[in-house]
Amino acid sequence: MSALTTSPTSKLRRKQAAKERIREPFRDRVFVITVTVMLVVILALVLLPLIYIVANSFSSASAVSAGKVTFWPVDFSVRAYKVALSNPQILRGYYNSLIYAVCGTLISVTLTVAIAYPLSRKRFFGRNVLMTVLIFTMLFSGGLIPTYMVVQDLGMLNTRWALLIPNAIGVWQVIIARTFFANSIPEDLHEAAMLDGASELRYLRSVVLPLSKPLLAVLALMYVIFQWNTYFDALVYLKDQDLFPLQIVLRNVLILNQRNVGVADVAQQLQQQQLANVLKYALIVVSSLPVLIIYPFVARHFNKGVMVGAVKG
Amino acid sequence: MEITTKRSNPPVRATEPPVEPRGPRNALARHWSRQLAEARRSWRLNWQLYLLVIVPVAYFVIFKYIPISNAVIAFKDYNVIKGVWGSDWVGFKNFELFFSNPVFGTLLKNTFILAFYLVLASFPIPIILAIALNEIRGGLFKRTVQLLTYAPYFISTVVAVSMTILILSPRLGIVNDALGLFGIPAVDFLGDPDYFRHIYVWSDVWQTTGYSAVIYMAALAGIDPALHEAAKIDGASRWQRIRNVDLPGIMPTAVIILILGVGNMMAIGFEKAFLLQNDLNLAQSEIIATYVYKTGLVNADFSMATAVGLFNSVVNLCLLLFVNFAAKRITGKGLWG
Repeated sequence: MSALTTSPTSKLRRKQAAKERIREPFRDRVFVITVTVMLVVILALVLLPLIYIVANSFSSASAVSAGKVTFWPVDFSVRAYKVALSNPQILRGYYNSLIYAVCGTLISVTLTVAIAYPLSRKRFFGRNVLMTVLIFTMLFSGGLIPTYMVVQDLGMLNTRWALLIPNAIGVWQVIIARTFFANSIPEDLHEAAMLDGASELRYLRSVVLPLSKPLLAVLALMYVIFQWNTYFDALVYLKDQDLFPLQIVLRNVLILNQRNVGVADVAQQLQQQQLANVLKYALIVVSSLPVLIIYPFVARHFNKGVMVGAVKG
Repeated sequence: MEITTKRSNPPVRATEPPVEPRGPRNALARHWSRQLAEARRSWRLNWQLYLLVIVPVAYFVIFKYIPISNAVIAFKDYNVIKGVWGSDWVGFKNFELFFSNPVFGTLLKNTFILAFYLVLASFPIPIILAIALNEIRGGLFKRTVQLLTYAPYFISTVVAVSMTILILSPRLGIVNDALGLFGIPAVDFLGDPDYFRHIYVWSDVWQTTGYSAVIYMAALAGIDPALHEAAKIDGASRWQRIRNVDLPGIMPTAVIILILGVGNMMAIGFEKAFLLQNDLNLAQSEIIATYVYKTGLVNADFSMATAVGLFNSVVNLCLLLFVNFAAKRITGKGLWG
């Protein structure tokens, strides 16, 4: 504010703004206030559940089990986090999910670029047929069991590959990448590279990919978040507990109420029950944290990706 | 050799022999020979790109098209030892069994109502949010609202469902605490089938509104400011400008999104319904996707599960084609140009 009052140009701007504000009729000012209030209400509706969970996770086990916590921790305690982060099952889930997210994303991005780039070349014979073949898979699928049979026949059942390969390429992501390559890389560069004797692969590696960092970021983020958040494939394809991603561990603890997490002592059943309650809140925070931490930085990229996909290539 | 001279400016090196047939030159033959020439040319220039697509194409064949061919077991009595093609044909027996099963009507009803409710409820709210954000001056508040309403989209289904269960819990949940303040006895929301659809839909709205609003924000930003200026000069209030400039401006986007929503109705997700499901609310929470999972993988009835899944896919495809047709009639533009 002090900067505003000192600089002459901003003074002018402020005057103009004031003028504008005066010119705005009363009904419009009322309208803007109404809209602002509405947005505050929407914001509260979105945030209150999250605050409630966080507040509970930092409260003591007895306070949580008595239902005393609303939107502020009661008897501040980080015990639940200590228990959650020292539980071998949860750590294992974390570790597995990291592997799936990193490897899955590498595979997915590579394969997506490998098919999207040729599809973006106008002189690539068969691109329309290939695109139709891809889009058809969005409209019609064999279903759960026929896919399961393929995974079974390939011997991928109950291996890490089952989570990395069967959903490796998203058609939507291919469309986004193809649109980006077709619209954002100038065709002149291709001509220049070809005149200089570059092969198609060399051109892709040395010209297109360095210019496509925003696209690669978008694709990587989409695939990372998919891999981190999905549980369906693991539910269907995995039996071995050691391979379970975090989401399956979470489901077992949070929704199926499996109590083998925490202290397994019958004498302390009440305490254990209380701990199990608060542990749920802590687990929710711990498991969502990685994604929620990176998302403000990626939200902008993500938006761009959504928009690129919305424009038809 | 007359053909080579016909090419007025050979693109790179015209060493290809003529491929056009000498005989009767009907249009079809000429078309195909031109295609062949084009293919050869493309191969010569782009052979590296063809190598590049081998692996992704193999992926689509193996994980998308072989399953479609595997779906023939819907018409067979699948036997693991005999395999997909060796098993005995039974015609439409599986479908007849499914259609005559009393569960069929319930499944269809549950799936349709849930999907329809979801499409209807999650359509207007992002538009309202986007317009509201568009009306206020860009600043910290606007950016904060935008960023924070977007956040729930990144939360996993498992976590979102767990949060829902905890918040609605009859003993500890804050919703029942609040109801208690008004003297309303605790409600077991998840144990009552009548609440299932509301829980499913509104928790989904909570998760996706901020994300969906982004698309409308972009559409609003694309509206010609001259229209707003003209309306202002004509003395239009903000509300009138929203109604007569903004809403018509985002209408094409909204129509496409609504169409996509309706077209994908039958593909409504397994993940969330399965997690919210329990023995008490099964009457309304059992949808086709969860039924397929249970029949196929829990009860190991592969043929029946495939038949049910196939039925779902076909209905979904028909719905999509119909909606696309309707969109073409109404807006003059389908989803695929």
